[in-house]
Amino acid sequence: MVELFFGYLAGAVVVLSLLVVFSRNAVHSVLWMLLMFLHMAGLYLLLNAEFLAATQVIVYAGAILVLFLFVIMLLNITEEMRLEQFTVGWPMGVSVSLGVLIAMLAALSGFRTDLKGPWSIEAVERTTHTKALGKVLYTEYMLPFEIASLVLLVAIVGAVYLAKKRLR
Amino acid sequence: MPVVLFLLIAAAFGLGALMMGGLFRLRRPYPEKLMPYESGIDPVGEPRQRFSVRFYVIAMLFVVFDVEAVFMYPWAVVFDRIGLYAFVEMLIFIFVLLVGYLYAWKKEAFRWE
Repeated sequence: MVELFFGYLAGAVVVLSLLVVFSRNAVHSVLWMLLMFLHMAGLYLLLNAEFLAATQVIVYAGAILVLFLFVIMLLNITEEMRLEQFTVGWPMGVSVSLGVLIAMLAALSGFRTDLKGPWSIEAVERTTHTKALGKVLYTEYMLPFEIASLVLLVAIVGAVYLAKKRLR
Repeated sequence: MPVVLFLLIAAAFGLGALMMGGLFRLRRPYPEKLMPYESGIDPVGEPRQRFSVRFYVIAMLFVVFDVEAVFMYPWAVVFDRIGLYAFVEMLIFIFVLLVGYLYAWKKEAFRWE
């Protein structure tokens, strides 16, 4: 049963990602991406990561895709889509993706499933995912958590600076 | 499993309602009917125009504070276990973002001029 769900979700994510890339209309791409994010939330659910699944839906599907839509409408991509500058870079793109593929295939032999940390599936299920996450995030990974606030600060300052400069 | 059941019923309800409507409604199209509805006014020009950059700023700020709020959920859940330590930690986190908030405020990012 779980394999069936995983197969459906994984297959859907692959198909939807291809649709995102191959859509002619950039707005359609974003809407396909919305569906893909929802399926990825399903994958998180299968991994017992309920909090991550909810966050995926709220933040990615709810907020970040709106940002994508605004950027597309800001640029009004319909005319620019056929411009040369967006199509000439394909040999570079193909070589980079091939390189990533080769690197991933090379890393596949080092893939192990027998390693065990303190947070096994049973332990996470017992404490529930949100609690487990909170416990680790706010004690062991305190510094990365505070750094995250700095990253968000940079995002605020960057967005305000860029946009305000253009308005003046 | 309950989640899947919920999704299936929700999807079946939505699709079912649309399909039932499609089965029974009359179809008598004429040009005025097929036009996009613009509150009774004939639509003029392209629907896709360039949006102002202000929308982007608002969306960006929304994403940032959305993420801030997301970090507070697991914090609130484990607060009774970690206590003062977590409280101070969250204060630092909020303070750093408060600096960003004040910056955006002083730069009048919230103003729609």
